[in-house]
Formats: sequence, structure tokens, C-alpha cells
Amino acid sequence: MTDKKKTKARKKAPKAPVYEHLFDNPLNVKRTIYALFAVSGILFVLDFFVDRHVDHPWEGMFGFYAIYGFVACVVLVLVAKELRKLLMRGEDYYDE
Amino acid sequence: MNSIAPFLIFYIGALAAGLTRGPVRSAVMLAVPLIGAYNVYTLTPDVGISFAIFDYTLDLVAVDRLSTLFGYLFHLAAFLAVIFSLHVKDTGQHVSGMLYAGSALGAVYAGDMITLFLFWEMLAVTSAYLVLAGNTKRAQGAAMRYLLVQVLSGVMLLAGVLIRFHVTDTTAFGPIGLGDPATLGGFGTWLIFIAFGIKCAFPLLHNWLTDAYPESTPTGTVFLSAFTTKVAVYALARSYAGTEILVYIGATMAMFPIFFAVIENDLRRVLGYSLINQVGFMVVGIGIGTNLAINGAISHAFNDVIFKGLLFMSMGAVLYRTGKMNGSDLGGLYRSMPKTTVLCIVGAASISAFPLFSGFVSKSMVMVAALEEGHTTVWLALLFASAGVFHHAGIKIPFFAFFAHDSGIRCKEAPTNMLIAMTLAAIICIFNGSYPWVLYSMLPFPVDYAPYTAAHVLTQSQLLFFSALAFCVLKLTGLYPPELPGINIDAEWSYRRFLPRTTAWLVRTFAPVDRAIRQGFLGKVGSIINAVFQYTSPKGALARTITAGNMVFWAITMLVVYLVMYLI
Repeated sequence: MTDKKKTKARKKAPKAPVYEHLFDNPLNVKRTIYALFAVSGILFVLDFFVDRHVDHPWEGMFGFYAIYGFVACVVLVLVAKELRKLLMRGEDYYDE
Repeated sequence: MNSIAPFLIFYIGALAAGLTRGPVRSAVMLAVPLIGAYNVYTLTPDVGISFAIFDYTLDLVAVDRLSTLFGYLFHLAAFLAVIFSLHVKDTGQHVSGMLYAGSALGAVYAGDMITLFLFWEMLAVTSAYLVLAGNTKRAQGAAMRYLLVQVLSGVMLLAGVLIRFHVTDTTAFGPIGLGDPATLGGFGTWLIFIAFGIKCAFPLLHNWLTDAYPESTPTGTVFLSAFTTKVAVYALARSYAGTEILVYIGATMAMFPIFFAVIENDLRRVLGYSLINQVGFMVVGIGIGTNLAINGAISHAFNDVIFKGLLFMSMGAVLYRTGKMNGSDLGGLYRSMPKTTVLCIVGAASISAFPLFSGFVSKSMVMVAALEEGHTTVWLALLFASAGVFHHAGIKIPFFAFFAHDSGIRCKEAPTNMLIAMTLAAIICIFNGSYPWVLYSMLPFPVDYAPYTAAHVLTQSQLLFFSALAFCVLKLTGLYPPELPGINIDAEWSYRRFLPRTTAWLVRTFAPVDRAIRQGFLGKVGSIINAVFQYTSPKGALARTITAGNMVFWAITMLVVYLVMYLI
């Protein structure tokens, strides 16, 4: 289905659209995201091969830094989002 | 050439900048940090410059490895900020910028606490103008609050110093440490500690920074971000190294601002919160107090001045070109300002501590020291903060300014002088990150630390890339909070909202009571006066004049009564 739709769209606009800037082309955005996924995957797998000097037992756990980084950011954003409900005021809050 | 006090070069430079205009002024302003840096080169530990005032001697210049490193750093920061602000015509900003940088140098080279106090207050006064120069009603208010808080810090410092002099008979600017606050001497050490803490933006004392810095001019913020907090870090390192409470204060400073940074809309305020977060790492290092930790704190202070300066410069360039600073109004600027975009990303990579960028070689020293000394919880907090700083300063700043949705703004690239300043800062970030040994050689203690091990590079990359992954996933799933216009209340709410409102409420409630009491009292006084007046007035009973005939009549009457009684 999706393939057919894509070919139809291509037929309608035979010339590839000219993008003035790098990320005007949605394909480049996708490429960037896939590159990020790929690098993250490789880094995760590298944990098998690099002998890690360990100062703290948790550090030695497989994928500790990767998982901690991911979870920390998700928690950070979700907590901050809740905080916004509590803390956010109008821009002229102090000017009244 | 005989060495002179470093602050004097800047003060003379400020005078010269005030008297000249155009290219001459630019030449003067550029020459001052260069001459000053050469002067620092000639200052060796055996050089001491003092100045006698009455029977007290001010030690204006005391040189050791720590003051020399900060001396070079502040010259470098001033040089970059001067280049960045060359296009500015406002004489006041140039003069106060020079005086401000000079005062920071004065504080760093101070050999005794009275000299430190003098420059501590000069820092406050000279920098307040940079906030004021924002020239909006908000900037005026922020500048007044900024000045009040800074002067309060100075007053506490002076009080502490005098108490300490009274008790220990010394004004030396050296290790102090916290004493028992119940004793007079101990109370003095706490006063000095809190005075340093205010300038260092300790939690709950931090809002002057996030209040004032974003209200300054595009160029003023670059000056502001470099000096005040770093002077405080320097003072803490000199006087309170190894004070354990600093470890927990620092960890708090590293943690809480990142939550505010994620939801803040004004991108320079985001950088303000991120500044507190980075100073938190330094404060932890000073609190741990081992050689490795102090080296980490000081080298991170050095790197932070440069990469935070670079980030503030890139946002300053955006503000200068677009007149906008809110994440909700910006976006897509990489089309118009590609060079600024790349330079901003270098700053973002440096603050996030990517391998080969400057944060990588300094922040990790503090974290390793925390683990070595058994501060596991603090280490976890710092790791959280490391992921968080990448999230808000590393991704949010470049993303919402230069990418994200297209705001439709099409402007010119930043002016050449701004680009030169940003490029120099970016080069230093990459140089220090890739070849840290020059910086390491200047640190207070010999460095026995290798940043580039396979394990460190891998773990740090994992932490950062998975943080980026989290951002990407949250953004794609729509969970990421959008940039919204608005402000977030913080500790400043107490003095910007609660105190004024409470005062207003008290006035509203008790003014009528007060008025009633006073009116009642006045009424009583009035009626007493009236009553007395009734009897004593010209027509009153007591003031009535009686004729002599009357008197004779009453005398005869009494005689008659007497006669009658006698006869009976």
C-alpha cells in the first residue's frame, strides 16, 4: 500500500524538489535520526569488547551508562513537565 | 619592566576607553588584556605589591599557582568579551566591562581579606551597570535587585572578616574552614562562607543570577557570565577546600537547575540555570578537597568560562540579529546563521563533555574524585546532572534556536567581530579537550589523571548518546514539553512576590486599624482640650472677672452671718 502511494506521488511530481537548506528535506532529518540510532546501538554493543576500569560495582554492570543516561533524561523531562504545572505563570507575573 | 597590579591595567584601560572613541578605543580595549596577560607572566610568587592606608597595609598582589591560573583565565575571558562587543557604541558598557574585569582580577590577586572585600564590592557596582544597560523596565528592576543582593554579600563578608580579625587577629586570605557557629569566631567563618555562597549562587541564594543575567545586553551577559561566580569559586577554593558540606551543596546545585532549564523559555535564562549547574560540579570538587578534586574543580572553572562564554555569545548573536530570545519565538535559524550554529554546537559539545571537547577532561576529575572518596550518592547525582546538562544546554539551546520548527525569521549572519570571538572560544574548547596537558600543567597540584582511556571515552559517549536518544524518542512521541511563553517561579518568588504582597496586605489590613486608633486618641485629646478650655477660656468660669461691689456684698453677708451666730 505505502509503496504504491509513494510511486504515485513520484509520478505526480517527476522532478525531485529542490531543497534550499539541509533539513528542509525530510529525508535528511530521517537520516540523522537513523544515524543516532545506529551510533547508540554500536556504543551499546561495544560494552562487550571494552575492558572497563571500575571504581564502583554499579559501573561494571552491562550497559550501565547507556541505561542510566536514557532513564535519567526521560525522568528529567517527565518530572520537569509536571513541575511546569506547578511553577509556570504568565510572562508578566512579577510586573503586576 | 616592573610588574604592576593586574587590576590597575584594566582600570587605566577603562579610563582610556572612556576618553577615546572609534578605532582608537577598539585598539585600547584590545591592547589592555594583552598587556595584562604579559604582566601576569612577569608576576612570580616572590612579587608582592602592597599599599599602606593609615596604619593598615593592603596586600594588593599575592601570587601563587591558583591566582596565576585565574589571572590568565580572566585576561582570556576579557579579551574574548572585548572582541565580541567591539561593535557596541555605548561608552558606559565598555567602561564598566573593563572595570568589572579589573575588579575580578583585583579579587583574585588579593592577599588579605580587606582587599578582597574592596574588590568584592567593586565587582557588584561595576557589573550592575551591565545589567542596567539592558535598558528595559525589567532590566532596571533586575539591576536593583542584583545590586542589593551583591552588596548584601559584601556587607556579610566585611562583618565576617572583622569578627575573624577580632578573634584571631588575622585578615589573611587563606584557608579558613567552618567553625562552630555558636562561638563568635565560628559565626564569623559562617558569615564569610555565606557571603561567598551568595556570589557562588548556592541553592536558594541563586536567583540574582537567573534574574539579572538574561536582562543584560547581548554583549553584557558575556562579561557577566565569566567573572562573578568564578571569583566566588576561587575564594571558596582558597578558604574552604575540603569543607564537607560543600559536597552536598554542590550536588544540589548540579541537580535542581536542570529541571528549571528544561521548562524555561528564555534561552539565556536556560544558560543561567546551566551556569549554576556547572558551578555545582566545581563546588563538589572543592568540598571533596583532594588534589584530584581541586584540580578538577579549577580546570572545570577554566573550561566553563570559555564554553559558557561561547554559548552566551552565540545566544547574544541571535538576540542581536533577531531581537528575540524565547525558544517559542525562535527556530530554524541555521538557515540564516550557519556559522553561529556550528560555533554554538561546539560550545554545546564542550559543556556536555563530549570526548575531544573541553568539558570531557575536567568534569570527569571531579566525578572520579567523588567515587574515590566514597560519595556514591553524590556521584550518581553528578552523573544525572551530566546527562541533564547535555539535555538542556547541549541539545535544547542549539535545537530550539537553530533547528526545531522554522520560525520564518531570516536575518543576517552574526557580525564579523562576534564570529571571531566565538571562533577563538571554540578553538580553545577543542584545544583544551583534545590536548589538555597545557591546562593540566597550570593546575595547583601535579596531575596524575588520564582522561583518554578507552573505558572513559566509551562510557561518556554511551551516557551522552543515550541521552540524545531519549530526547529524540520523547520528541518523536510528542512527550517532550513544547516551548511555551511564560516564567517559572523559583526561590525569588519569596522576595519578588511574597514579601511585597505580604507587605501590601499588612498595610491594607492594619492601616484602617492604625488610623482608627490614632483618630480615637486625637479625638480624646481634643475633647480634653475643649473641656479645659471651657473653664479657662476668656468666657470660662475660672477666667470671669468679678466687680468689687460683689466682693463687698459677700463680705458683709459673711459678717452678718457671723454676727447672727454670735448673738444666738
